[in-house]
Amino acid sequence: MSTTSTSPLPGKPDAPQQAGERVQAASAKPVTWKTPVLLTALGIVAFIFFGLMGPNQTARFGLSSSGDFFQLPALEVPAFLGGIILSVLMLGLAGYAVYLKTKDQAAPRWVPVTFIVLFVAAFLIWVVGGARTPSISLAGLIAGSVTLAVPLVFGSLSGVLCERVGVVNIAIEGQLLGGAFTAALVASMTRSPFLGLLAAAVAGAVVSMVLALFSIKYLVNQIIVGVVLNVLVSGLTGFLFNTVMQADKATFNSPDQLPIIDIPVLSSIPVIGPILFKQSVVGYLMYIAVIVVWVGLFKTKWGLRVRAVGEHPQAADTMGIKVNTTRFWNVTLGGAIAGIGGSFFTLVAIDSFTEEISGGRGFIALAALIFGRWNPIGAFFASLLFGFADNLQSIVTIIGTPVPSQFMAMLPYLVTVLAVAGLVGRSRPPAASGIPYVKG
Amino acid sequence: MTDQNEPQHPGRPAGPDADKHNADKHNADKHNADKHDAVKHHADKHHLPKPADEETAAVVSLDTAGGAMGPSAVPATAQSGKIPGGPETLVRRIFTGSGMVSVLAVLLALVLGGLLIAFTDKQVGATATYLLARPTDFLSAVWTAATRSYVALFQGSVFNPRGAGIAGQFAPFMETLTIATPLITAGLGVALAFRAGLFNIGAQGQIIMAGILAAWAGFALHLPLGLHLLLVLLAGVIGGAFWGGLVGYLKARTGAHEVILTIMFNYIALYLLRYLLNTPAFQRPGESNPISPVLDASAVYPQIFGSQYRLHLGFLLAIAATVFVWWLLNRSTVGFEFRAVGANPKAAQTAGINVSRSTILVMAIAGALAGLSGVAQVAGTEKVLTDGVAATYGFDAITVALLGRSTPWGTFAAGLLFGAFRAGAVQMQIQTGTPIDIVLVVQSLIVLFIAAPPLVRAVFGLNPRRKKRATAGKSKTPATTGGAA
Repeated sequence: MSTTSTSPLPGKPDAPQQAGERVQAASAKPVTWKTPVLLTALGIVAFIFFGLMGPNQTARFGLSSSGDFFQLPALEVPAFLGGIILSVLMLGLAGYAVYLKTKDQAAPRWVPVTFIVLFVAAFLIWVVGGARTPSISLAGLIAGSVTLAVPLVFGSLSGVLCERVGVVNIAIEGQLLGGAFTAALVASMTRSPFLGLLAAAVAGAVVSMVLALFSIKYLVNQIIVGVVLNVLVSGLTGFLFNTVMQADKATFNSPDQLPIIDIPVLSSIPVIGPILFKQSVVGYLMYIAVIVVWVGLFKTKWGLRVRAVGEHPQAADTMGIKVNTTRFWNVTLGGAIAGIGGSFFTLVAIDSFTEEISGGRGFIALAALIFGRWNPIGAFFASLLFGFADNLQSIVTIIGTPVPSQFMAMLPYLVTVLAVAGLVGRSRPPAASGIPYVKG
Repeated sequence: MTDQNEPQHPGRPAGPDADKHNADKHNADKHNADKHDAVKHHADKHHLPKPADEETAAVVSLDTAGGAMGPSAVPATAQSGKIPGGPETLVRRIFTGSGMVSVLAVLLALVLGGLLIAFTDKQVGATATYLLARPTDFLSAVWTAATRSYVALFQGSVFNPRGAGIAGQFAPFMETLTIATPLITAGLGVALAFRAGLFNIGAQGQIIMAGILAAWAGFALHLPLGLHLLLVLLAGVIGGAFWGGLVGYLKARTGAHEVILTIMFNYIALYLLRYLLNTPAFQRPGESNPISPVLDASAVYPQIFGSQYRLHLGFLLAIAATVFVWWLLNRSTVGFEFRAVGANPKAAQTAGINVSRSTILVMAIAGALAGLSGVAQVAGTEKVLTDGVAATYGFDAITVALLGRSTPWGTFAAGLLFGAFRAGAVQMQIQTGTPIDIVLVVQSLIVLFIAAPPLVRAVFGLNPRRKKRATAGKSKTPATTGGAA
């Protein structure tokens, strides 16, 4: 390379091509071996375990439930053959990534994404094929995943809003928990789950305001405040649960549930019907929130300002944007969204509050937000993936597979480690995330 | 709140240049030096720690923690609450120093906790119904509810006058020390990482990994007395160091953020533990619950004051660990490199310090320290491995380190305080019915208040009087002045 650049031979046919390559390599980040190597390794693992050592049963995936609008035949996949085919496809993708690397090109986004989809499919076939009863309802699995993902989506949206404006929100867990508690308390006392929902949003916003106050006004490190807020909310809700709620359960901890709104006809469409058209208010709000936040962040003036504050506060300030005010209200809004997500625990999933009901899902939401690359849509799908893993974990224990459920539970965290370590593509947080802004 | 950063002297001409060279020169310049020329500064001051540096050191430690997310724009002085000196403000200075802020923060948190206890109290609720008729009833009910709980807390953690003999009276204190042991060592791990600019949220996972290895060495191997315990200790320390070092390695190699990594590693460790406790290698034979066999007698820490107290050798190791961390940070080259990296990674790199190596090493040592907590749990307090081996020690360790301002002895003291809270809370719940959760509230409030000295001073009316703002100086010295948020 260096010789061609110092003394380019005009007659040589490959000289322009090399120069072009060099420009490309210089303009992009240096292409690393990470992605090709990882994909190859995972492909080989898939080939050995899901393919060669695959079970000899036929995995059966039900697509319709009996009440559906029309019936789809169940999907039947010979586990061994399916594993072989899918893992060979995966190895093909890995090979493509290696080929691109040898030409100094990075693999495009669709390669790892398709790889993940294939891997999940192969894994699913392998798990179900190896079970005692090799049959599950795919529709039920997906619907359950969406349900479990609801608080994760709200939590990660909160994280997106906060981090995009330059405030790291470790307190998602606290916002979820605060929302869950307040929703239960207010819904029980007023006998109105909708007031409970509203109160949950307020509670989440209050938690967020403390985060904003300490990190923006008092310049306390955002991670410290976040960590401490989680402890504070956990302590407060635990204390009030043990004193107030336990003393008079009927008055303070028996919230009415939010109704499941069933849109006729549409909800009977197989697979997607129950996901999209048979949800609680919180479920519908989730879809709305994802779209609104995405449009807001990327298609409006407000969003442009928010992102400017998160990427380069000095420049934003120069343009007349009030950096710290923007931060304060964004963080507050994020908290309100997470609070609504928290209400899901007590108004939809379970009909009362218990200590630590959020069970660390705030941290999974944090992971989803990173895995989704600080993008509302990405965070949504990452949350779905984690919800899927969560749901699969409980289903595999029922149908009885050789995979220990603890490893299934571990999966979201492992995937996140791989994601943040830059092995599955590169994820970059907003540049000013975590850095307080002091007008100078 | 930022006015205090600027040297203000009511009795002096307020020109910015005059201020620069007044009696505050020492403090103000020192902060600048810390912030902007950390490596050089530390190189100069390296072997001369003076008592006068104490406050600055504490400030730097908190501030470097802020630097973990990247080059921080916070002026170092913003968190210090440096008050202008001068003879007439000496008293003010004592009352607003960082030590006093810590004390006031604890006080404020206890008061708020007391109010929380009082307002959920039945007697208080009853008297509140005729509040206007006889307010004294209400107030005394509030007082009684709060003090009753705190007295129980004290009796459960320090000294119980109703105990049987001297031994019984001091039993609560021994219990405090026992519970403080894992808090101190894990807190030291978190504090050490803070000083190197790293957020180690992963003490929980490191304790678990240490617990797994130490417990296995304790019940699966059968070795002679002494050697066995040494091996258990080593296994635990290596387990913690591996789990911490892995985070350091991933951060150094890939640039992944350690907060996310450590949080994820906590869960991975927890699920690994739960899995192992269901395998024949770890589950106690004939037991369906996830619990390991009891560790061999040769593998557990001896009890320091005999079998009547649970206090074990781990506490002495915690003291030794504190001394070690103090030595490491203040006397060793490696520790100097850690602090330099924490103060300014880029400057440290330029000065020839291997930042990657430093990151891996500091996380490994932090993990090893948390590993001591794991060993203290399985070989000292519990003597078995369950999935609650780490309890919440790993998370409490963060608050311990923050309260201790990331200094070794500060962490030690904070560990004792939180150990006392934990030990006393059990008694408090038994005697007065106040839930243990109040301890979490008080703990987190303490840390919040300590992290924001201006807030505490505002509550107690100790903020410096705002007189003339040296506006002329602002444009000239943007680095030391910050606009109010």
